[in-house]
Amino acid sequence: MEYFLGVDYPTLWYLVIGLLFSGYAILEGFDFGAGAWHLFLRKDLSRRIAINAIAPVWDANQVWLVIGGGALFAGFPVMYATMLSAMYVPFMLFLMFNVLRAAAIKFRSAEEMLWWRKTWDYVYSISSIMISFLLGVVLGNILQGFALGPNYAYQGGMFFSFLNPYAIMVGLTTLSLFMTQGAIYLLLKTEGKLHVRLTFLLKKGMLFFIISFGITTLYTLVFIPEVTENFRENPLYFVVPIISFLAVANVPRLASKKRYMLALVFSSLTMAFLLILVALQLYPTLLISTIDPKYSVTIYNAASSQKSLGIMLTIVVIGTPLLAAYFIFLYRTFNGKVKLDDTSY
Amino acid sequence: MDVEILARIQFAFTIAFHYIYPPLSIGIGLIMVLTEGLYLKTGNKEYEILTRFWIKIFALTFGIGVATGIIMEFEFGTNWAVYSRYVGDIFGSALAAEGLFAFGLESTFLGVLLFGWNRVKPWVHFVSTVGVFLGSMFSAVWIVVANSWQQTPAGFHIVGEGLMARAEVTDFWAMVFNPSSVDRIIHTWQGAILAGAFLVLSVHAYYIRKGRYIQISKKAFKIALVVATIFSLGQLVSGHSSADGVAVNQPAKLAAMEGHFEKSAPADLYLLGWVDKDKQKVTGIGIPGGLSFLVHQDFKAPITGLNSFPVEDRPSQVNAVFQFYHIMVAIGMALIGLSLFACFMWWRGKLFETKWLLWIFSFAVILPQIANQVGWFAAEMGRQPWVVYGLLRTNKAFSQEVTSSHILFSLILFLVVYSILFVLFIYMVNKKIKHGPYEEAEKTVNFTTV
Repeated sequence: MEYFLGVDYPTLWYLVIGLLFSGYAILEGFDFGAGAWHLFLRKDLSRRIAINAIAPVWDANQVWLVIGGGALFAGFPVMYATMLSAMYVPFMLFLMFNVLRAAAIKFRSAEEMLWWRKTWDYVYSISSIMISFLLGVVLGNILQGFALGPNYAYQGGMFFSFLNPYAIMVGLTTLSLFMTQGAIYLLLKTEGKLHVRLTFLLKKGMLFFIISFGITTLYTLVFIPEVTENFRENPLYFVVPIISFLAVANVPRLASKKRYMLALVFSSLTMAFLLILVALQLYPTLLISTIDPKYSVTIYNAASSQKSLGIMLTIVVIGTPLLAAYFIFLYRTFNGKVKLDDTSY
Repeated sequence: MDVEILARIQFAFTIAFHYIYPPLSIGIGLIMVLTEGLYLKTGNKEYEILTRFWIKIFALTFGIGVATGIIMEFEFGTNWAVYSRYVGDIFGSALAAEGLFAFGLESTFLGVLLFGWNRVKPWVHFVSTVGVFLGSMFSAVWIVVANSWQQTPAGFHIVGEGLMARAEVTDFWAMVFNPSSVDRIIHTWQGAILAGAFLVLSVHAYYIRKGRYIQISKKAFKIALVVATIFSLGQLVSGHSSADGVAVNQPAKLAAMEGHFEKSAPADLYLLGWVDKDKQKVTGIGIPGGLSFLVHQDFKAPITGLNSFPVEDRPSQVNAVFQFYHIMVAIGMALIGLSLFACFMWWRGKLFETKWLLWIFSFAVILPQIANQVGWFAAEMGRQPWVVYGLLRTNKAFSQEVTSSHILFSLILFLVVYSILFVLFIYMVNKKIKHGPYEEAEKTVNFTTV
């Protein structure tokens, strides 16, 4: 086993993937969230502004999904293959809504007809909601574990078995988190009446989050206590949920002071810390086998070879600063409130 | 229906649909770089108008390319889990490099390209255009590297057995520069550039025929014609080099491409024909010993035929491989002929007066698209029954836990969603073409003055 700064390669790659997924959740979180609110904005102009608030950046945000998926495939091919084939239906739906959403963003404002725009508004908003929800559903399934037998064969292959109560709760929590994130982002990008309306919507979003997060936490503690095993062994881990609670508590305070950028930072921190929470709960397992722990997928039996991980860590070390530079350039270019012009959707 | 067949149909359908778009983006990307570069150099507004116009079309092809491409990235895992575990160590690093180096570059600069006209300096915008173009070229590199490894695996060793077996990298650069990588990257790039160049030729030929935007259309047509001529001739060179590689590395595929069955006899080169697999005979017009000559520069040199391989190790759809391959070659030749003839007319000063030639160009846009598709079909079907040549069989590589009802469900979804997407794409492109480049530009003036 090779090490870097005392950490083995699979663990390093686990961190890389965690970072990529956090990036995806934070960045696409706000554009999915913005999409989820879309039907709550009433006027056509408001809806156009909302779409154009994400238009220059959403393509770039998808990079995190592409790289995250690639990193999972590259670093933990067994996890990638087992999770995707076991979660076939939710992933196919997720991908399909992704396509529909992309089409809606591109095509919505291309025609003036009311029916055209309304149809695409529905497509855009429903696919944004479903994508957020399905991501959470998959996460909920991962937390509960899969019925994995020998050779990583999934044995729970009913068509709708992915849709169980716990997964639904995690799905709703994810949606509420993204909606909070989305509302703050839109507040940052808008002015006037639309802005006032969004202040009201943010409050609803926060409430939605607190309720669904509370239920999910209780559910976890009562029905799947084995998930929290790592925490009982390391009481220090409890710092993480406390931090995420403090971060989320800051959001409404900052929003009421109109410090949206900071509110966005704190809501992003909440997301990051919740993902760290999940990562700590699972480590070093990736998929718990509910049949027999010896069939579980862990970062060690799922990982690519040391050599391959070494190569990919080099790629990440070279590529990440480049990517960071592109993103800083992009977000600086489109800083500030949305102004519609001829290039807008 | 059989899970394997359904999974293959779904993969073929989704990848073929996806492959309409990225080549267009690469090709249009090059034209945008040229027109915007000329605008910066000459300050001529017409080049700016052309750039703005093609960026609008590029936005459509790129957007659909990304959306359908993400599906491909995950479809390996959903439908080909055994394959994914087998190749993850190798394929994964190429995919990760693609995401980080190529897709990262193109997607972030895309925002500036589309929405940054009024926000950044002209040279910064030009840099973004170049960034997007280079990103799309790099994307092709990594994806073709991964596919080439499946054709001609190198730089690896096998660990484990049965369903747990997997290939692990031993030499990264040997894996990247496996025997077929370079030829196939160049062939793919050029095919992509031709797809874009012929779209540009088609649209501007249409404008010239209709007497609209003649001034700028002539400029655009000439730029695209130069590109088309260079790269259609280039395809001849890289195509030949690719075929030489196939002769050495994948003899069963080469034999299928020309319908050559006999174990060790001179092989013919067909212009067109029909393969009867049972009688092991090709009926058609061709040059006797032509394939032997192309590979060995000798009409009598023996070529390994399909009968040299056990039945279970050779492609079963010989006629399909033969037809796809020959359609690609025929179109390649037609594109060379068309481009050279247009250059000749340009030299004679009659290019834009020859209405029938412009008419052909308006419709020729479909040709490189067909060639790109059938070329890939020939390459992939010729590799069968292997998903990784000589190592992993396609019928052992699909997800064991996914049932046919699962795939039927997703396949129907894909058919419905992609049909809608395709109709919308055609409608939108057509609308933008009908509106023309100037109306877009005039709108700019209105918006900025209001």
